[in-house]
Parts: sequence; structure tokens; C-alpha cells
Amino acid sequence: MSDSAESPTETQKEEPQPPSDDSAANEEKKKIDVLLKAVGDTPIMKTKKWAVDRGRTVQSLAQFILRFLKIDANEQLFIYVNQSFAPSPDQEVGVLFDCFGSDGKLILHYCKSQAWG
Amino acid sequence: MADDKDVLRDVWFGRIPTCFTLNQDEVTEREAEPYYLLLPRVSYLTLVTDKVKKHFLKVMKQEDMEEMWFEYEGTPLKWHYPIGVLFDLHASNTVLPWSITVHFKNFPDRDLLRCPSHSVIEAHFMSSIKEADALKHKSQVVNDMQKKDHKQLWMGLQNDKFDQFWAMNRKLMEYPTEEGGFRYIPFRIYQTMSDRPFIQKLFRPVSPEGNTHTLGSLLKEMYPAAIPNEGQQKRYQVVIHGIEPLLETPLQWLSEHLSHPDNFLHICIVRRLDEPPSPSCLLVFPTVTSAP
Repeated sequence: MSDSAESPTETQKEEPQPPSDDSAANEEKKKIDVLLKAVGDTPIMKTKKWAVDRGRTVQSLAQFILRFLKIDANEQLFIYVNQSFAPSPDQEVGVLFDCFGSDGKLILHYCKSQAWG
Repeated sequence: MADDKDVLRDVWFGRIPTCFTLNQDEVTEREAEPYYLLLPRVSYLTLVTDKVKKHFLKVMKQEDMEEMWFEYEGTPLKWHYPIGVLFDLHASNTVLPWSITVHFKNFPDRDLLRCPSHSVIEAHFMSSIKEADALKHKSQVVNDMQKKDHKQLWMGLQNDKFDQFWAMNRKLMEYPTEEGGFRYIPFRIYQTMSDRPFIQKLFRPVSPEGNTHTLGSLLKEMYPAAIPNEGQQKRYQVVIHGIEPLLETPLQWLSEHLSHPDNFLHICIVRRLDEPPSPSCLLVFPTVTSAP
């Protein structure tokens, strides 16, 4: 089984779509590959690599991670780029991918408590 | 650092005379007088408006006051954008003082981030500096700083201390002479005509052939419509800190001198009105204060 999966759209709840093993299907690069890594004692996600809409915000991605991990949506989740800075919640992941992606993917670290700075 | 220290001062001390008026639907015990302030362009709305809150507290009950937020002509103002960017983007053709409406109800969570305390602003500000340094120096300069150095940058901004801020910030503006500039220029291009928050991509100060990149070359790549074709009417104004810099200005110079304290060069693209731009879109210095 591939470790790549489609992330659910805004309207869907709870269940992510079944993993797709064809990440080339990301039509016209509207989606980007994001690798999600847990920090500290924050639970890991079994599926690490996700195809995410470029226009999706950091905040909506954080909400998705909380849902996926079945953590209370009111808990705070910190997301970091380059293990150094926390992008603003309204920042688009596409922008982060353009500036900080490498090898065709954007690596983001997530944490329930403040991890860096 | 170049010798253009006066420019840094002018940018730092740029002020916008502003009139804060309470939203009509707020519940008050008596009529609320408007409140006037000179807002620093390089600061953040929620950092410099404690006095505004205090002022309206005099005519309101504490229980009627939820989180304070600001609006200009129907647009909620994002506190996490520098004040000067908000003005240039939404109000550069307005008459002064800038008229902002103050709300204490119906916080627009879809449009604005919450700002419960100054520490939220500090976290946002420091994150922006780190992001900018990731682009400029692969984070080497900001990582070499100590916690107290980071604090010095923040305290400098919070307390409006130019010298305190720049004593540290100049380190973030250094680069190896042989490279002719930063690795990438941290910039953001804003426009009101699109739903996208801003354009931000990788862009070097010098081309692979060794040519200096200018404001014009950046726009040509990122937003070609902003550059008028020969003989064509200018459709857009390209505004940084209330002025329209020449498109020939080297981008590296702009990054060093016209960046906000968050180390990003914030560029606003504003649709040009038929009449010539009013003087209100220029930098306003404390000496020409016009707030009543």
C-alpha cells in the first residue's frame, strides 16, 4: 500500500478518502505533497504523505490533523516549517511549498505544544 | 549596511493620523466620542490600540465588550498585517484622518485571526522574522542570535525604539559582499482584486547572469499587469510605505531599507483612480500631524 493519500475536502468529515496510489493524478499541480511529522509526544499519523490543495490554509490543515488524530478540536496545534517558524494560520500551504518545499514535497512538523521559538 | 540610515528612520517613524469611531450597533450608556491617534506604519493595530479600548470602555459596560476588532469601509482589518500595509492596500486614496470603525461584537472569525494578548503578536512577529531569515540566510543569522537578541527586536518594535531595534536588526541585513545580496528576497505582494492573501515566491536579488534585479523585474515575474506597457495608461500603483518607488530601484536595496520590521518587503498593488493620487498616500511624518 502506498503511503500517499488524498486529503478530505472541507465538506467531508472524519473519514479521509482511501489512499490513492497514484500521486501523479494531482491534476495541474493544484495539489502539493505534504509530509506531516509529529514532534514530541504528539501522536503520529499512520499516513504521513498527503496531497493537499495549494490554497488550503495552515489553519484548516491543523484542524484536519486534529480530526484525523481524534484530538479535541479546541486543542491548539502548532505547525512548523523547517523546524524553525510557525507560519501564520491564514497562510496558504502552496506559498510555503513554493518557498520551502524540497524534492517535490513540503515537510511540516506538528506539535500540541510550542516546539520551536 | 549602506549609508542610507535616514531612510530607515523615515520608514520607522512614518505615521498615519487615524480617527477611531465606535460601531453604531454597539450598546453604550452615552454617546461615544471618536478617538484620534497617530498610528506607526510599521506596527500592528492590536499593539497600539490599548488606548482606544480604554477610551470606549468609558461609555460601555464590560459585559458588552468582547474582543475588539477594526473595520474600514466594510473590510475587517487584519491585525497581523503591518498597519502601513492595511492603509496602502485599502485606504491609500482616502482623505486623512483614516477613519476606522471599532467593533466589540460579532468577531469575524472567517476573516480575522484572534488576538487575545500581546504575546500572540510577538509570536507572529518573531515567526515572520524567522521565515524571512530562512529565505535570506537559510536561518543562519536568526539561529545564531540568543533569546535576549530576539527579545530586543520585539521590545524595539513594541516600545517604538528605533535604535534598540536596529542595533540587532542590522545583523539580519548583512550578506557576503561577493554574493551581492541575500539568498532570496523576502517579499509579499498584496492586491485587493484577488481572493488570494498575497503572492510570495522565491526570487533572488541578482540574476544568474549577474544582473541586478529591480522592483520592475520582480513585478514582471510575479504581477506583470502592474507594469504599464509603453504608451499605455497606468492602471495600477505599486506602493511601498505609501510611496511609489521607481521600478528601476534595485530589489536588494529595497529589501534592506523599505522592509518592515518583520523583515519582509510588503508591496501593495492598488488600482489607480482617474484622478491623481492624493497626498494622503504619502508617508506622514510626525511634523505634519494633522489630527485634530
